[in-house]
Amino acid sequence: MSSAAFVLIAILTLAAALAAATLQNLMHAALSFAVALVGVAAFFFLLGAEFVGLVLVFVYIGAVAVLIVFTILLTRRDVGNDRGANWGGAFLAVAVFGGLAWAVFKTQSIAIGAPHIRTLTVKRIGEALMTSYVWPLQCVGLLLTAALIGALVLVMEEKR
Amino acid sequence: MTPTLQVFLIVSAVLFSAGLLAALSRRHAIFILIGIEMMLAAANLNFIAFWRFGPQSQPPTGVMIAIFSIAIAAAEAAVGLALVISVYRHYHTTNVDHLDQLKG
Repeated sequence: MSSAAFVLIAILTLAAALAAATLQNLMHAALSFAVALVGVAAFFFLLGAEFVGLVLVFVYIGAVAVLIVFTILLTRRDVGNDRGANWGGAFLAVAVFGGLAWAVFKTQSIAIGAPHIRTLTVKRIGEALMTSYVWPLQCVGLLLTAALIGALVLVMEEKR
Repeated sequence: MTPTLQVFLIVSAVLFSAGLLAALSRRHAIFILIGIEMMLAAANLNFIAFWRFGPQSQPPTGVMIAIFSIAIAAAEAAVGLALVISVYRHYHTTNVDHLDQLKG
């Protein structure tokens, strides 16, 4: 795990995340959000969880970001200015970050380097999914079906 | 010097705070959804970092939780954006400040 790659990915991710949180144009913010997710996927690759990184790219950038862009285009008439900065929200976000950073730096036992681990193959993930995690897997399948039907029902035209 | 667990947690905390800022200070419902998704991504980053730096277990627990959390986040985004479109049909706005009546 090289620190140059880490610094590069961290700068990219955090700049894109802050841009997504502060840019005024909805479309620019949605695209920055996609870039931030690419950065998170790169972190997953760096940490040795390649499969989860790929899943993140497929699901978030392939589906969620595209869905967000479609929704922005469908509600286009409304894209006005999003101003009137809410200082309460900004203050709360900074306070939460301060609390988290204080807790992270205060905890001595997590200032550790990465141990050497066995590579995580897709075979191991699949075996775990089909043995000890088979019940949660079925529940997630049910949840996705219910969410799909629910989303369809929500956007269906009402009959007058 | 290789990155330690601490720096990953700090990056994840910044990502979470950016998501919280988007969710709290924006007026558009789509922005609020983007903020929530960013907070979920930060939580996933924490799970993977703790899995990588912690003691190894036979089923890779942190990776499993991250996979399930990504699936649930996708379902949440689909339903949330459907709600945004449905609200836009009724009110012709997605500004959450204007959504202040229960009777459509």
